[in-house]
Amino acid sequence: MERHDGWFRALRAMALTLVLLFFLFPIFWILLMSFQNNEQILRLPPSLVFRPSLGNYIALISGKLQTSAGVLDITFLHNLWNSVLLSTCSVALSLLLGVPAAYAFARFRFRLGEDIAFTLLSFRFAPPLLVLLPLSLYFQDLGLSNTYFGLIWVYQLICLPLILWIVRGYFEDASPDVEYAYRIDGHSWWRAFTRIAIPLAGPGIAAAALLSFIFAWNNFVFALILASADKQPVTVGALAFVTASGIQYGQIAAAIVLSILPTLALALYAQRWLVEGLSLGAVKG
Amino acid sequence: MSSVLQDHSAALRRRPRLTAWLPYLLSLPALLVCVGILVPFITAAWYSLQRYNLAMPMTRGFIWFGQYIDLFTDPDFWNTVQVSAIYTIATVGIELLLGLGIALLLRERSRFNNLVSVALLLPLMTAPAIASLMWKLMTNPNFGVLSWLISLLGVHDFRWASDPRTAMFTVVLVDVWVYTPFMMILLLAGLRSLPPQPFEAARLDGVPARFVFFRITLPMLTPYLVTATLFRLLDSIQQFDIIYAMTQGGPGDSLMVFQVRAYLEFFQYTNVGTSAALMMVLWAITYALSNVFVKQWLKLRERAHGTA
Repeated sequence: MERHDGWFRALRAMALTLVLLFFLFPIFWILLMSFQNNEQILRLPPSLVFRPSLGNYIALISGKLQTSAGVLDITFLHNLWNSVLLSTCSVALSLLLGVPAAYAFARFRFRLGEDIAFTLLSFRFAPPLLVLLPLSLYFQDLGLSNTYFGLIWVYQLICLPLILWIVRGYFEDASPDVEYAYRIDGHSWWRAFTRIAIPLAGPGIAAAALLSFIFAWNNFVFALILASADKQPVTVGALAFVTASGIQYGQIAAAIVLSILPTLALALYAQRWLVEGLSLGAVKG
Repeated sequence: MSSVLQDHSAALRRRPRLTAWLPYLLSLPALLVCVGILVPFITAAWYSLQRYNLAMPMTRGFIWFGQYIDLFTDPDFWNTVQVSAIYTIATVGIELLLGLGIALLLRERSRFNNLVSVALLLPLMTAPAIASLMWKLMTNPNFGVLSWLISLLGVHDFRWASDPRTAMFTVVLVDVWVYTPFMMILLLAGLRSLPPQPFEAARLDGVPARFVFFRITLPMLTPYLVTATLFRLLDSIQQFDIIYAMTQGGPGDSLMVFQVRAYLEFFQYTNVGTSAALMMVLWAITYALSNVFVKQWLKLRERAHGTA
């Protein structure tokens, strides 16, 4: 199948080097830029040797941005906080709603069961703007536009299908016999669910939660349409920040690093489950 | 085993009402939360049959399929169809080939290969809108490292996303950067789950590598290839984040894909009717695609959980 002669190995090593270069260089380069001042960034040819400074991060954290037009107040940390709040609450709500539903679909064959499951799945594939544009008009009438509550509700479109379908797979993989035996001992259905079923599906639930956190964090279009500046997460905030800060490239790079760091760290932590999560449980990693 | 099941059903028979209602009670909250989202969907369909401009409320009226007829006779609409089609086919095609290539390179389980495949996940976990910003910084005409590199190759006025001739190339590049790892990890998982016997037999018989690839690897990998491709097709035809963050559909209308155009119709021209009709067309396409996809996906899922 594979010929392990010198040529083959050399070609393979070269191909892998190119692949790694293409996929990792942008992250590496932006990370470097975030430690440079504008002068260093604008120098051509670009140099890998420079005196790093934390100036960009300090400006972002203190919220004071030095520009040619004076000092500009920035709220990037607030955007970061919004991202944490929106993603955490959305995932928590999704777990609360999704885990019992996943259990129902896995353990019971009931009328309309599969139809309900598929309706929930179909939200994953519908064009988001189809729903978001009319929703933006409704939200204005309901007083929900630019509220955390409204955003968390809409974020269920991202988190719920993911949690439902991954956790369902884990419930289906766990044999129901243990639960039956526990119930024959006289325990209630609820105790069997919380004491036996949930712990058995624990790793799946944790994986689904981590992944839906990442997807909620990375979402852009929901908040772009339904939130104004004070409720926007980093994805939308960073774009606004680029416009506001003009040519403060180092600070833009630092803002990008702060925006992607949490998801990259979580992804490395959760990588074992990524394949299953990304394919909604269709492919085991 | 069977006696346990009988005992179980006997235990359940004592409380028949609860058992009948339990699954509905458990799944209802999730459904209710999402039904709230279904209402706007119906509204969108309703809007698409109206002449409805937020700036001109007086002209609002029901016009049946007038909106769609206007759309289908509008060259701008066909430009949107064309741009979306090119974007989708280019991104998914490149990602499929590249992803398959990388998966084949990393096929053997070794510490090094696993490390590489984990490292390659990082672009996928970057928010697509932020990824666009990263590439925007790298392709800046004044200091962008890529602009500089390409000028070393002797190309001096390569203007990336700000030139209509290269804008498509630039956003496709960003999409490929973000989503190729998706193809790669799905196909890698597929490759590693293939039974080893056919490959061992082929090696013992000295079957040439090309023959093994086209006659054994590819056919056995097909379900994974189809699922991953459909998955990406569904996402790519709806791409908004990367294009909006890069150029907002410009320069001119060279990147006016469906969702970007619908967004601008709605917020720039307050043209609710046109925007809703555009989204309904896109929905029809994704609905057809997602039906094919879900069948494929279910087959694969059954297999994954059947053998687990």
